[in-house]
Amino acid sequence: MSPLLWSLIAVPLGSGGLLACSGSRGDRHATAVGTAVMAVTLIIGVSVVVARPEASFPFFAGMGLSLVVDGLSAILIVTVVAITSVVLLYAVSELGARESRARFTGLMLLFAGAMLTTVTASNLPTLLMGWEVMGAASWALIGFWWRDSERSVSANIAFLTTRAADLGLYLAAGAALAGGSGSLALGTLPDISQGWLELVTAGIVVAALGKSAQLPFHFWLSRAMSGPSAVSALLHSATMVAAGGYLLLRSEALLAASGWGEPVVAWTGVFTAFVLGLVAVAQRDLKQLLAASTSAQLGFVVLAAGVGSLTGGTVQLVAHAATKSALFLVAGAWLIALGTKELRELRGAARRYRGLGVAFTLAAASLAGIPPLSLWVAKDEVLAAALAQAPALYAVGTVAALLSTVYTVKAALLVWRPVPERAEVTLDRERLGTRRVAPLAESASWVLASGAALLGVLGIPSLAHSLDVFLGPEADPSPALWQLVVSTVATLLVAGLVRWWAEWRIPTPLLGYRGWQEWLCVEGAVRILLVRPVLVAARTLAAFDDRVLDRLVSAVPVAALWLARLVGRRVESWLDGSIGALTGGVGLLGSLARRPQTGQLHQYYVQAAVALALLAVLVVLG
Amino acid sequence: MNVLSLIVFLPLVAAAALAFVPARLGDRVFTWSWGAAAAADLVLVVAMWIGFDADGGISYEQRLRWMPSVGIDYHVGIDGLALPLVAVTAVLFLACAIYSQRRLRSAKPFVLLFLCLQTVSLGLFTALDLILFFVYFDLSIVGMYFVIAAWGHGNARKSALKFFLYTFVGSLVLLLGFIGLYLAAEPHTFDIVELARANPLAGRETYGAVVLLAIGLGFAIKTPTVPFHTWLPPAHTDAPATGSVILAGVLLKMGTYGFVRIAMPLLPQSWREYAWIVVIVGVVSVLYGALVALAQEDFKRMIAYTSVNHMGYVVLAVGAAGLIAEGDEQARSLAVTGAVTQMVSHGLLTGALFLIAGVLFDRRASYDMGSYSGLAGRAPVLAGATALAAFGSLGLPGLSGFVAEFQIFTGSLASASVPTALALLGILITAGLLLRAFHRMFLGAERLPDTPGSTRRFEDLRSRELFSVLPLLVLAVVIGLLPRFLLDVVEPSVTSVIGVIGR
Repeated sequence: MSPLLWSLIAVPLGSGGLLACSGSRGDRHATAVGTAVMAVTLIIGVSVVVARPEASFPFFAGMGLSLVVDGLSAILIVTVVAITSVVLLYAVSELGARESRARFTGLMLLFAGAMLTTVTASNLPTLLMGWEVMGAASWALIGFWWRDSERSVSANIAFLTTRAADLGLYLAAGAALAGGSGSLALGTLPDISQGWLELVTAGIVVAALGKSAQLPFHFWLSRAMSGPSAVSALLHSATMVAAGGYLLLRSEALLAASGWGEPVVAWTGVFTAFVLGLVAVAQRDLKQLLAASTSAQLGFVVLAAGVGSLTGGTVQLVAHAATKSALFLVAGAWLIALGTKELRELRGAARRYRGLGVAFTLAAASLAGIPPLSLWVAKDEVLAAALAQAPALYAVGTVAALLSTVYTVKAALLVWRPVPERAEVTLDRERLGTRRVAPLAESASWVLASGAALLGVLGIPSLAHSLDVFLGPEADPSPALWQLVVSTVATLLVAGLVRWWAEWRIPTPLLGYRGWQEWLCVEGAVRILLVRPVLVAARTLAAFDDRVLDRLVSAVPVAALWLARLVGRRVESWLDGSIGALTGGVGLLGSLARRPQTGQLHQYYVQAAVALALLAVLVVLG
Repeated sequence: MNVLSLIVFLPLVAAAALAFVPARLGDRVFTWSWGAAAAADLVLVVAMWIGFDADGGISYEQRLRWMPSVGIDYHVGIDGLALPLVAVTAVLFLACAIYSQRRLRSAKPFVLLFLCLQTVSLGLFTALDLILFFVYFDLSIVGMYFVIAAWGHGNARKSALKFFLYTFVGSLVLLLGFIGLYLAAEPHTFDIVELARANPLAGRETYGAVVLLAIGLGFAIKTPTVPFHTWLPPAHTDAPATGSVILAGVLLKMGTYGFVRIAMPLLPQSWREYAWIVVIVGVVSVLYGALVALAQEDFKRMIAYTSVNHMGYVVLAVGAAGLIAEGDEQARSLAVTGAVTQMVSHGLLTGALFLIAGVLFDRRASYDMGSYSGLAGRAPVLAGATALAAFGSLGLPGLSGFVAEFQIFTGSLASASVPTALALLGILITAGLLLRAFHRMFLGAERLPDTPGSTRRFEDLRSRELFSVLPLLVLAVVIGLLPRFLLDVVEPSVTSVIGVIGR
């Protein structure tokens, strides 16, 4: 038992639960409580990172709730707590005074607490609990503005898609038990018997791909944009999507043991990075662009897990978390101020609000892979490991990395364009803009953007080495000098090209199709190919239930009644008639039998004589 | 007097005493006395739980001669399988008593009927004699018939009759099975403990199969499993809210409890032989129940079909536990423990959902999901309670449904891989249908059905409603977070049942 470690998850989960249930009474104090809780959690988080405790609590037979802090968990704990704290501060400016702050803050704390549970869980039941509660919290947060029905639809789609993938974890738990892991501890999974091992691997991979919005599950992330920007900032960075990447990094040994897990994961990751990179290029809405980019960037984490680059994957995860949360906060602040998130209408947004503009540019530079910022460092690390596995992975990965340069530079250029004349006409498309930026929102974006830039220090070889040691047994291959040169030159080249492209307004070939903007139309396909058939099956079965099964059952008493009537009318009268006939017959026989009984002796003598004669004849003949 | 018998008969004694109180003294006398009796009974159950020794054996046993010439005794006792169900029964009846603290239609007979039903339900879970069990089983049907027929709405009398005839036929088949067991035992007996020890049908395959068929059919109708479930939706839809709570929370459990109490330990060989049929029936119930629930427009009818789905998990688990060829003992124990947990969890969560349905019906006399929208604005507490119950019902961790379903799936996968994998789809479909229902009724723009005579306002939960729903949800959360207090009681008894099946 370690009370410290338990308090790490109990404090945010408990206070979040209470706050979410407190109703409008809690609204006034919600921000203060939320800040205080995050401060306490930060202290606890730092302490557990230092102390590295383990904790276990009896739950199911032979499998408790178990938490443990190792290097990977430690880094994620700090990331989750830090980003949640900043985002909560930002949210103060986003939510109106009359909105349910208590519900919002409570749900955010639940969300973060569930993520903390996920990253410290040391066995499958604990992981699954954090994992699914996080999904439910995301549902409530995406649909936070519940009066708008479309947002609730988005929440349902996001929850059901991730839960469909979560079934993999249930499957993995059962298979692990069947394969001989009685405790379901994550560390024992690579050792379970063949056959079941395949199922465990498949289950975990599917669940992780779903959560981190990799192909083909990526479409829920587009829907997740319906929530407040603060929710996007957290959901796209340190929680939810990060959980999938984390689980795969955690499961490296399992992926290796299965034989096929690593290549499948690596290729899914790099393919997602590539395809969603293209989707991001095609977006016309800033938040949608950032969302598609999240899938693509998480693709590099997944690729890292597939090529066994624990350090690279972790740096990518953390660097992306800081970068993307900063970008979402800026996009959210602009949405509040200008009432739009359409890229075209955001022209000049950075000039209107320079503080935000610089923060946005800094984070965007990191996302674009400009050296020496954090995501450049991370990607080179991941790609070095990919090259060691397969050159093809490296090649596709490099192209995908350059795509992130394309879409980010495109967005950054747009927001720095001069403010167009008559701009006021096109603004306020989505909501009524306030035309001001809260100082808190600006500082929050700055904190995260600086994080995104400063994490680039992890590229310094000695620091990278200590991170390797911190994270675990095997050291990653470091990128060779030529790789750094290639990535630097290519990135700068592409950035210049995009600038030139934008200036000359050359149309983007292929990407004009609706399919790219619609995230490859997977949601529509799922509706047609999966949801609709299920609904049709449901209606058919319901009709069958009412019209066939129920009628069949109801027919039994009806048939019984019919039979009863039949018996009453036919059989009974027939029976009555036959009884009458029988009694009549018996009566007739009786009267016949009475006839010889005349009471006259001579007639009896004659009868006796005849009978004796007959008897004599029988005896003689016999 | 044995404390167990005291618990069982306390409501009946209260009913007998209340029967002499004239109805003109007012409804309050009856509803308050009912609440007091139910609360006292719950206190006794809690005391019994505290004193319970979880060693897998039977505690609080009592045996009185009843009809010795035919081997029938008043034999009661409680073990880890029965105690949780006794507790859920006591909790649900108390919740019903709290919920009914208002103007009831003819309070006196209603209260008397519910008190009698409570004795019958508690009696069934404590009975250790087949005939005693059967008597309670039948009386529960009779009692519920009157609840639905006299206090229901809509097409109540027809639904009640259907419920009565269907489940009564089931009970007769069950009786045939019991008599089959009785005749097979030497000396003849109806005693469950002795029958389990003697294992009278060992090595008699055909005989065992026929008896299992009879008993299985009887319990399958009561549970109900597909395709014997069609009495359930109309009975629920037309029953009063409290009737639905007891029907779903207690009466359905009589079927699933019968599987673990009677069918499995008394017919271990036949159970193993035909476990695959049970598994198939279970998985069909899971998927069929979920899909048909998805297509419903009536909130209460939808919950009724999710009951078919949830009971399907229980049937799947007890079936998988019989597939002994594969899967070690830990997995099979886990599955059956999950099944018992599911009975408890379903009682609490579905009980809460049916009370919520009753709240809606009180306000607007309609269960039609399409006619409500945006209720969360007017009734945030109701919305919160519904969301919690719905998430619990779809198996969200932190609530009791997850504790049950995780154990069922994890334990069943080893021995019944494909059926369990299919059944997993059930939790996705239930998630879809419950979220969809919640979305339609509680979120979006506000819209209320125009019911003649209703006010414009839509009230949030009143205190008696809150105090009946909330404890059920709190218990679901407690089980979801700290399940050991329950599992410590259940596991030893499950281990003995698994041991018996392995014979």
